[in-house]
Amino acid sequence: MPEPKLLYCHCQYAQVVPRETKEAVLRSLCEAGVDFEAVADLCEMAARKDPALARLSACGALKIAACFPRAVKGLFHQAGSDLAIESTEVLNMRTESAEQVAERALAPDLQPNVPAGKETIQIPTPA
Amino acid sequence: MALAATALHIHLYEGPDAVPLSADERFATLTALLERGYTVARTSSTSPSEGRSVTFARSGQGARDITGLTPTQVADLAETARTELDAATHGGWKPWFPVIDYDRCTNCMQCLSFCLFGVYGVDGDSRIQVQNQDNCKTNCPACSRVCPEAAIMFPKYKSGPINGDLVSDADLSREKMKVDISALLGGDVYEMLRLRSQKAQSRFGKERDSDKALAERQKCLVKLAQAGDIPVEVLMSLPSPDEIARRAEEAKAKAAAALAANGKSSA
Ligand code: SF4
Ligand code: SF4
Repeated sequence: MPEPKLLYCHCQYAQVVPRETKEAVLRSLCEAGVDFEAVADLCEMAARKDPALARLSACGALKIAACFPRAVKGLFHQAGSDLAIESTEVLNMRTESAEQVAERALAPDLQPNVPAGKETIQIPTPA
Repeated sequence: MALAATALHIHLYEGPDAVPLSADERFATLTALLERGYTVARTSSTSPSEGRSVTFARSGQGARDITGLTPTQVADLAETARTELDAATHGGWKPWFPVIDYDRCTNCMQCLSFCLFGVYGVDGDSRIQVQNQDNCKTNCPACSRVCPEAAIMFPKYKSGPINGDLVSDADLSREKMKVDISALLGGDVYEMLRLRSQKAQSRFGKERDSDKALAERQKCLVKLAQAGDIPVEVLMSLPSPDEIARRAEEAKAKAAAALAANGKSSA
């Protein structure tokens, strides 16, 4: 597997990703001195079917710092650029801390986590 | 529509023949560009380029020189490049639209027959598709609530599973509410309005019936707003009862045609 490419989403047009989290993640990437791509809003890019999404989805190993893996998978699909399940890791800035996201983003390995199919979780009903 | 234009891509080149930015400068520059809606690749090698793109660097060969510029000035330079290259503008539209989880979708067409704004359509294989993202009403997640499979996501929604979080069995068992809402806006109301306008014979009768119909619609919409957190602005911007009835018929016909092509019935 090639060295993973990094894609960071700034979620510019909504307040759903905590500002401190996205800023701290962006700062970590800048401090690490690595190459990465930063997009203002992945949702907008997907709506425009931006050609960069096709290149990224076909790059062989991709880490995306954005939001829920199921949403990111759907956005790429809707843009006509399906993500490769076996070589994509989505880091969720809505639910994980900036430290967790930055650590995974900069780690040399890749832990694929995009859902491969339909998943429904069971929530136990209170007794 | 604005979405047809290609977005500008900026390469922030920091390779061997350019003076690198400090981490603080890099962060401030990227932040200024992202806040204006741009896509930026921080790169130390020759970058891939697609669509409309421009390279910024401190003294990099063939790049626009950003030596001595503040982050705001770099963002202004990007704006100049955007205008020159006739690339897309950003910020005029909140990217709010449904995203279908095809692992869950059963192609039942309920979303297509429900939506009054032509957001949904079908592809060449009669498969449901989101076609007109920018027709969607900002902050309105109503169609996600009529989907029996919880297959419609709005990534910018506040909570799960609509925001893309995992779907639980409890989410699926909320189907009853979904069906009620569907009946409220997708079927009964339209049907009732249509029948009433047909029945209206006299001028006075017409006035009375349309008053009643409007009051009924109001009641249904309030109920819908309470059940499904539909923003008031969206409810207020709904078209007239006749126009709703016309659009609902149109959407229903589209859905029926797609179901027929798939060998399913729309009953
Ligand atoms: S992909 Fe997620 S993080 Fe990115 S803009 Fe859309 S909702 Fe925000
Ligand atoms: S309502 Fe849900 S399952 Fe039915 S076609 Fe729409 S997205 Fe698919």
